[in-house]
Amino acid sequence: MSTHAISTKSAKRLVSVDRFLTFIRVFLVTMIFIGLLAFIWQQFDADNPFAQWRNPGARGLTGDQFKGLLISGLSQGSMYGLIALGYSMVYGVLGFINFAHGEVFMIGAMTGFVASDKFQANGMWESNFLLCLVLIIVMATFFSTFTAVMMERVAYRPLRNSPRLIPLITSIGVSFFIQNFVLGLFGPSTKSYPRLPEWLSKQRSILTFEIAGTRLLVLAVAAASMAGLWYIVERTKTGKAMRAVAEDKEIASLMGIDVNRTIVTTFAVGGAMAGVGGILWGLMFRSVTHMTGFLPGVKAFTAAVVGGIGNLGGAMAGGISLGSAESLAPLLILEPLGVPGVSQLKDAVAFTVLVLVLLFKPSGLFGERLSSEERA
Amino acid sequence: MSTMIAPMPSSALDQDWSKVLRWGLICGGVLIALCLVGMPVELDRREIIERYLSLGYVSVLLIPIVLGRIAATQVVLEGFESRKQGLFDLVTGLLVGLLGGGCLSLLMVALDSWNLRDPLVNWSPKLFRFLTYENGMGFGAGAWIATCAVLSMVGAASHVVPAIVRRVSGTVVLSLLSLAVLEGAVEDLSEGFRLDWLADLIYAKKGGLTLTSTIVVGAVIGLVAVFTSGRVKAVTNRYRDLDGVERQKASMILFAVVAVLCIVLPMFLGKIMNELLANVGLFLLLALGLNIVVGLAGLLDLGYVAFFAVGGYTTAVLTSPNSPFFAPELHFGIALIFVVIFATIVGLVIGAPVIRMRGDYLAIVTLGFGEIIRLLFMSDWLGPYFGGAQGITNVPGVDLGFATVKGTDPRSVFYLVLFFCVIAIYVSWRLQASRLGRAWMAIREDEQVAEAMGINTVSAKLMAFVVGAVLAAFSGAVLVAKVGSVFPTSFMILISIIILVVVIVGGMGNIAGVMVGSFVLIGVLGGPKQPGLLQEFQNFKLLIYGMLLVFMMLKRPEGLVPSARRSRELHQDEFLQDAWLKGDKPGADDEDADTVDVGARGGEEE
Repeated sequence: MSTHAISTKSAKRLVSVDRFLTFIRVFLVTMIFIGLLAFIWQQFDADNPFAQWRNPGARGLTGDQFKGLLISGLSQGSMYGLIALGYSMVYGVLGFINFAHGEVFMIGAMTGFVASDKFQANGMWESNFLLCLVLIIVMATFFSTFTAVMMERVAYRPLRNSPRLIPLITSIGVSFFIQNFVLGLFGPSTKSYPRLPEWLSKQRSILTFEIAGTRLLVLAVAAASMAGLWYIVERTKTGKAMRAVAEDKEIASLMGIDVNRTIVTTFAVGGAMAGVGGILWGLMFRSVTHMTGFLPGVKAFTAAVVGGIGNLGGAMAGGISLGSAESLAPLLILEPLGVPGVSQLKDAVAFTVLVLVLLFKPSGLFGERLSSEERA
Repeated sequence: MSTMIAPMPSSALDQDWSKVLRWGLICGGVLIALCLVGMPVELDRREIIERYLSLGYVSVLLIPIVLGRIAATQVVLEGFESRKQGLFDLVTGLLVGLLGGGCLSLLMVALDSWNLRDPLVNWSPKLFRFLTYENGMGFGAGAWIATCAVLSMVGAASHVVPAIVRRVSGTVVLSLLSLAVLEGAVEDLSEGFRLDWLADLIYAKKGGLTLTSTIVVGAVIGLVAVFTSGRVKAVTNRYRDLDGVERQKASMILFAVVAVLCIVLPMFLGKIMNELLANVGLFLLLALGLNIVVGLAGLLDLGYVAFFAVGGYTTAVLTSPNSPFFAPELHFGIALIFVVIFATIVGLVIGAPVIRMRGDYLAIVTLGFGEIIRLLFMSDWLGPYFGGAQGITNVPGVDLGFATVKGTDPRSVFYLVLFFCVIAIYVSWRLQASRLGRAWMAIREDEQVAEAMGINTVSAKLMAFVVGAVLAAFSGAVLVAKVGSVFPTSFMILISIIILVVVIVGGMGNIAGVMVGSFVLIGVLGGPKQPGLLQEFQNFKLLIYGMLLVFMMLKRPEGLVPSARRSRELHQDEFLQDAWLKGDKPGADDEDADTVDVGARGGEEE
């Protein structure tokens, strides 16, 4: 067979799938564009025929509504970001998706519930809230870290050198196991966190933004944890070791770095972040079940991919963009297109973002850091 | 790591204390976790031996045996001499059991002194009564420590006693256990064959074996085991050593036996058992489809349930008079054509964007698609077409002219499912050794190399998606015809994962493995909503599924019934090492294994 024949043949077979993918890309972008355009139009002139085209009742959003959505997107996104850090770090170091990371988050939220419930029962929750907050964060981080480390020790370490999909399948099993173990321990009922004290949760007005105190707290704690993580990874010796192991395990071990220990530390730090995220989730939504970890987990993974997996700043940025997209896109894009009941499609939007990112820029917004074997 | 001389203990008390402590604490931890999850108390209702032993106690008692055995396992590195096992290992087992029992006693003390019922739902007086045999603290603690120690020693002793003793006692215990546990099935079967008197003889009125029947049946099984010892293995070995035409002949005979059993058996079974078989069949159909996608082509599709949903909804819309938007009320057979068409389209649409992604991204994105499809079916947006959360009800059964297949008659459903399963098995079997099947396996092993060898990886992967999708859609169609209605909540991601567990536990890439997997898991433990034979496990089956998945991945990634090629892939390092140790050229024995696997048809490509 001549070279020419081969190249035309392979070209032909690429064409059909690629043409279809191009079609999907163009279609999705057009829909987003039309939606946004219709939204902008209805903001300026609600009676405009284009704005009325798909959604006759359209009235647009007021400035306050928009700000409210943005804030809720940001605070939710910062939680995704906190969980995404764990995905990103483990991916950077071991090169596999730790599907059970969402469960680590759930363990944090659950621990927070158990502790805060007890605190409320003996009255400490009202009388000394800040101490309680610190205590539940410490406890949640402890249990989440413990879970993550145990996970690594029992399930992932023996699989260090196995084919790529094996640890992923294992992590699905781990996730399933933890979910149902927690179900067995605490029962299927939805657990609700105690109410936050009034002085904290009341609405505040900052820079014309009306923010509930809870969301402010969430943003502050998320920012503080992110700063702590940045310090650990970029300024300490442990962090240097982590980065070295992520770059190349073998060379790192030749340089005298204890690879096993570094990997455990990575899991521990990721677990701690997820634990903090879990507490924040509990404070904001005030309800936890054994399934709480699943959706935020998958979305956090999406956030990690959006930001470029293996890239820590990217994970946080990805989380925030995903959170905002999730809260804004239904009203900004889908509603003007005339889709009813858009709030039900929030989760679908998040998954669509994942597909979009992987279609357009698989390496994520900020580029991913891959270990050497993948670059080759 | 260590010197070339294996460390020899000087006396039975010269133990590796850190190891003993570790396994003892693991034993205790597992026991406590088990109690707090509530398994023993819940399973206590099921009698194994009337008045003496319940399944709850069995579940607890198995732990020290297993862990004692593991703790006393001797790790022999290549090139080291193994030590003769004896008293030393018994002591190891004993100590592990003592520690485990001690932990359990601590739990008892804690149960007695604090009330943690608030967060821990199983922290109950019931658990305390279960643990103490209603005889008070001291008795309970002493009894558990002693029992755990003895059982753990028994576990350790399994390394010491001669192989025949171990095999026979293992067989006796396991068959007695399964006889008691499968009581429902056995009674149903014996009723069908008019052998009720036998079942009455074996089982007590309130469930469980009677003491005399335990002894008698145990003795019989023991004798049989002694006489057949080694024979079973010889037969399976002979089967394995067959090759080419003879092996095919043997497989055909085996297959024919299974087929006849499948056709004849349901006639003698009651409603519940038939229902169970129908469920097993539905999941087998799904698992066969996933086996093509995951097992053969190596594409980890976590949103597999989407195709199941497409099949279900297509059938419901086309056949039900209650379909909200478009209700042509077609016959099931005609609807089936559309099921195939839509499944193909959805397979292509989901497949195309993910086909170029790395394996792990593909998994998450397909998971996302699975959720998107469920959310869309549930949303108000598509609600006018698919009924939203209310679903579509009143789907008629399958009218075959001479009979109608619907949920009230599980036997007919089973035959319908069987029909589809036979198609699916035939298709998978033919595909496996075909050009396409070999292309799939090549992609699974190394995509780049496969591409370099001239395989059209894109179309091969898309084909895998489509074939898997169609099989899943068939299953969905039958499910809807069986249940008579369709709701978005029937298509949770959970189902994808359960099917994945079935495929992996059975053996990825092996039809027989997948069959065994669905019979064992779905039949015994049950599907996501469907109860299995062990209805008491209802609340714990997902826990067990998760554990099984992890366990299989760690210990036996090739599954219970492995496909030769797949297991070689997974243990490549060991194969190469063995070959190296033997001084062979690596790859010398690879070749003949290949021909066995692919059969006589394993020719060259092109």
